[in-house]
Amino acid sequence: MSGMEPLALYIHWPFCLAKCPYCDFNSHVRERIDQARFFRALRTELAWEAARLGRRPLASIFFGGGTPSLMDPATVAALIADATTLFDPLPNLEITLEANPTSVEAARLRDFAEAGVNRISIGVQSLNPIDLARLGRQHTPTEAIAALELARARFPRLSFDLIYARPGQTLSAWRCELRQALALAADHLSLYQLTIEPGTAYEALHRQGQIILPDDDTAAALYDATAEEAANFGLQPYEISNYAQPGSESRHNLAYWRYHDYAGIGPGAHGRVSLGDTLIATRRHRAPEPWAQRVETQGHGSTAEEIVAPEERGREMLLMGLRLAEGIDAARFATRTKKSLIDAIDHQTLARAIDAGYITWDNTRLRATGEGRKRLDSLLTALVL
Amino acid sequence: MTKTDLSHIRNFSIIAHIDHGKSTLADRLIQTTGALSAREMTEQVLDSMELEKERGITIKAQTVRLTYKALNGEVYTLNLMDTPGHVDFAYEVSRSLAACEGSLLVVDASQGVEAQTLANVYQAMDANHEIVPVLNKIDLPAAEPDRVKQQIEDVIGLDASEAVMISAKSGINIDGVLEAIVHRLPPPIGDASAPLKALLVDSWYDAYLGVVILVRIKDGRMKRGQKIRMMSKGSTHNIEQVGVFAPRMTPVDDLGPGELGYITAAIKTVADCNVGDTITDDRAPAAEALAGFKPSIPVVWCGLFPIDADDFEKLRESLGKLRLNDASFHYEAESSAALGFGYRCGFLGLLHLEIIQERLSREFDLDLIATAPSVVYRLERNDGTEEELHNPADMPDPTLIKTISEPWIKATIMVPDDYLGSILTLCNERRGQQVDLTYVGNRAMAVYRLPLNEVVFDFYDRLKSVSRGYASFDYAMDGYEEGDLVRISILVNQDPVDALSFIAHRSQADKRGRSICEKLKDLIPKQLFKIAIQAAIGGRVIARETIGALSKDVTAKCYGGDISRKRKLLDKQKEGKKRMRQFGKVEIPQSAFLAALKMDG
Ligand SMILES: Nc1nc2c(ncn2[C@@H]2O[C@H](COP(=O)(O)OP(=O)(O)O)[C@@H](O)[C@H]2O)c(=O)[nH]1
Ligand SMILES: C[S@@+](CC[C@H](N)C(=O)[O-])C[C@H]1O[C@@H](n2cnc3c(N)ncnc32)[C@H](O)[C@@H]1O
Ligand code: SF4
Ligand SMILES: [Mg+2]
Repeated sequence: MSGMEPLALYIHWPFCLAKCPYCDFNSHVRERIDQARFFRALRTELAWEAARLGRRPLASIFFGGGTPSLMDPATVAALIADATTLFDPLPNLEITLEANPTSVEAARLRDFAEAGVNRISIGVQSLNPIDLARLGRQHTPTEAIAALELARARFPRLSFDLIYARPGQTLSAWRCELRQALALAADHLSLYQLTIEPGTAYEALHRQGQIILPDDDTAAALYDATAEEAANFGLQPYEISNYAQPGSESRHNLAYWRYHDYAGIGPGAHGRVSLGDTLIATRRHRAPEPWAQRVETQGHGSTAEEIVAPEERGREMLLMGLRLAEGIDAARFATRTKKSLIDAIDHQTLARAIDAGYITWDNTRLRATGEGRKRLDSLLTALVL
Repeated sequence: MTKTDLSHIRNFSIIAHIDHGKSTLADRLIQTTGALSAREMTEQVLDSMELEKERGITIKAQTVRLTYKALNGEVYTLNLMDTPGHVDFAYEVSRSLAACEGSLLVVDASQGVEAQTLANVYQAMDANHEIVPVLNKIDLPAAEPDRVKQQIEDVIGLDASEAVMISAKSGINIDGVLEAIVHRLPPPIGDASAPLKALLVDSWYDAYLGVVILVRIKDGRMKRGQKIRMMSKGSTHNIEQVGVFAPRMTPVDDLGPGELGYITAAIKTVADCNVGDTITDDRAPAAEALAGFKPSIPVVWCGLFPIDADDFEKLRESLGKLRLNDASFHYEAESSAALGFGYRCGFLGLLHLEIIQERLSREFDLDLIATAPSVVYRLERNDGTEEELHNPADMPDPTLIKTISEPWIKATIMVPDDYLGSILTLCNERRGQQVDLTYVGNRAMAVYRLPLNEVVFDFYDRLKSVSRGYASFDYAMDGYEEGDLVRISILVNQDPVDALSFIAHRSQADKRGRSICEKLKDLIPKQLFKIAIQAAIGGRVIARETIGALSKDVTAKCYGGDISRKRKLLDKQKEGKKRMRQFGKVEIPQSAFLAALKMDG
């Protein structure tokens, strides 16, 4: 029964201390944040969503942003309490919070642990002071390392993010920086190649030729080196940009990639939730204050929800699932999308991709190989019908 | 506007080698006679097409009426035709010449006589023109008017002792030019009371007025409301507007003998406006038509196909409109397995082809694929039947062919001594046969016979680059000759791409095959799978290249749970892919087709 699908719960905190020039997430800078107002609104919206979803098993909670480490720890505690009351928490409930490593936020790590957070994900981005400044970050490498030390003591599970393939970054410089990062002993790392996003300050610089990204050969070499270095420290690439010790994968993010149900609360949050046999794409109003106002007047900030038809489910599941090293299970694909996996893809491309070593397919599981995942955007364009 | 008697009309062309200052002189004449105020003057006012201003060349012949009060106190009407200089547009030149009685031959006093000076002046002589030499750019320190005068006499055989010495740019002695037009060029002759005979010089499509026709009246008159008849087709039309270019379109009451002007007549069918046709009065028709001029014969053909198959209808309409404006360009429907429906189009040369392609994309917003340009071959089959081959894809199996002949040209190249060596090397590489080599001062004049096939692609560009722009070039067709010619097919992942196949001489085949494979390797972006490119003659591969698979293309970030965004991106990419033509499962960008065929070194 789809009603029994375990749920992954995402809660969005839309504020940051400063806007990073490369970032296109739904994040906003405010002189003052009315913590109490957003606390109330998040609780209200969570209750509204829970009412329509009904009581179901809860597998994970993820506080993302923005910068959720700027939240009042009491808010985090209350939302966790609400969620675990409204849903049935699974015994090993994963509760992650994204934190930025400035000293202010580091000081609150203990409070977050006490609130129930059991996994922390820190936005380190770089260990090179000049690059950190170029990325417009508010912290220094020293602060980042200090925050990691603290976090390791407080939380059973620790992850951090780095951005690489930065302008001018050489292969050897990245290897060196990455080794240093790996030595900081996290069980999970998110290693993203810099992406130029529309509408960001970086996009303008890129257009003017002031930011030059590495060509595809260099990007590929950086990517391969990343996997190699991570493997030396026991971290396996389980998704395009995510590396973990076996068993330490982010269960919350796996829910996205495996195309399970997830609910999104807070401004701009997205969700995919089943109501009976129908799969709904949910989305919330993006701008924080108008979102809060809608919640205050109508109980939720939901906007433009859509039913995801079987065809589209299949496409979405392919887009997400092939990012994972484990690939897509054909049986689960059929139950989740009501379509057979083999009918959702172009057979000629499949044959060529198998031939080129990009894909493996044994009638039960469709998997993009390391080489295939490296070219996944082009592969998907050709493969997905 | 008052009637002008014939003795007070002068119709003249300006002919010159490219960049010798025709357009600048036209500007000065317009300015000096006050046809445009200083405020209205922009540089090279007659080059009205965006493309002309950008490339700094004249493509279309332009006409303008000037009113000039001469030193003798009499007022003259001067009709000036500015003409293109590039050899590809020689046809435009010949039409302009047929509408005039005299020419100003502009020669750059620092450069001297160039290949197109010769070609144009011979055309003017053929049209029985009176010719006044004008030495331009005498303001330049490098100007050598005496040497150039001597050259004009030696090379062209024209009396240059009374050449008008000017600087069009600095406005020196423009009056001298105007006086020479009035006193040294003949007035037109014609009979206002005879039946109407008007030469259809040009026609084009105007967004507001519809089809506009440029006419030169020989006999009779044209006025509003008159019912006219096109003598070749017999179609009739009622004149709606009669006017002159002053230089803007200005309506007048009527046009009489010797005058140049335009008419509109609600003409819908492009086919009714044949350039060179004679227009007469439907009620009192002339007994016989004017001599007209020879229809242009395209020397280069290529296929034009819309990237988006839905644009076929738009392409058809656009070609119709362009053809109105450019009678030297030909087209006929064609279909291809890989490219669908399109048109096989004939041009006077490669520049002409590029210009038409660019005009189609700019003026009509069409995205097109142009297939490999080809000259017209003649072939004789074993069974004795003969045919013309415009498209390499149509070449029959070699075992069925008895002979293939290709067109040759006679080229005249003028070049400073220093660069002669490289020019001769270039001609020899292109299978040229030297006919003549003479010197005019320190400039050499080489006459070569060359297969047109070797010249079509990029000879002109190469000539300019090996001579640092100092060589000038002109050519005339010089018959057909049998040749050892083979078709080279290009295969992408083993699939032949018709649009890229071409015909070459056996001795050049390997080199050309290699060069096109190398070019394609640079022009086709890396894709998901590796791409094999081969050149082959029949079943024999003569060159190959491999384009490796792209090495990385994946979005790093996952945008949290926003799958809708990823889905939209995918849809956009798939849409973009659909608009690209696929050959052997490979997307070949439109720009690759023409670029691949240009040869270097
Ligand atoms: N110094 C100098 N330059 C000139 C003169 N007349 C034209 N030019 C320049 O020569 C170039 C070619 O002139 P243009 O009128 O376009 O030549 P066309 O190709 O024959 O029409 C332009 O850069 C003009 O400014 C002149 O009398 N003196
Ligand atoms: C949702 S963001 C927010 C986390 C937190 N606010 C921070 O910035 O540290 C998650 C991660 O995405 C990555 N990221 C954001 N923008 C990116 C970009 N343009 N290119 C590559 N990675 C990016 C960063 O590593 C960031 O830590
Ligand atoms: S702190 Fe994170 S969410 Fe905020 S602007 Fe920077 S990258 Fe974006
Ligand atoms: Mg010009």
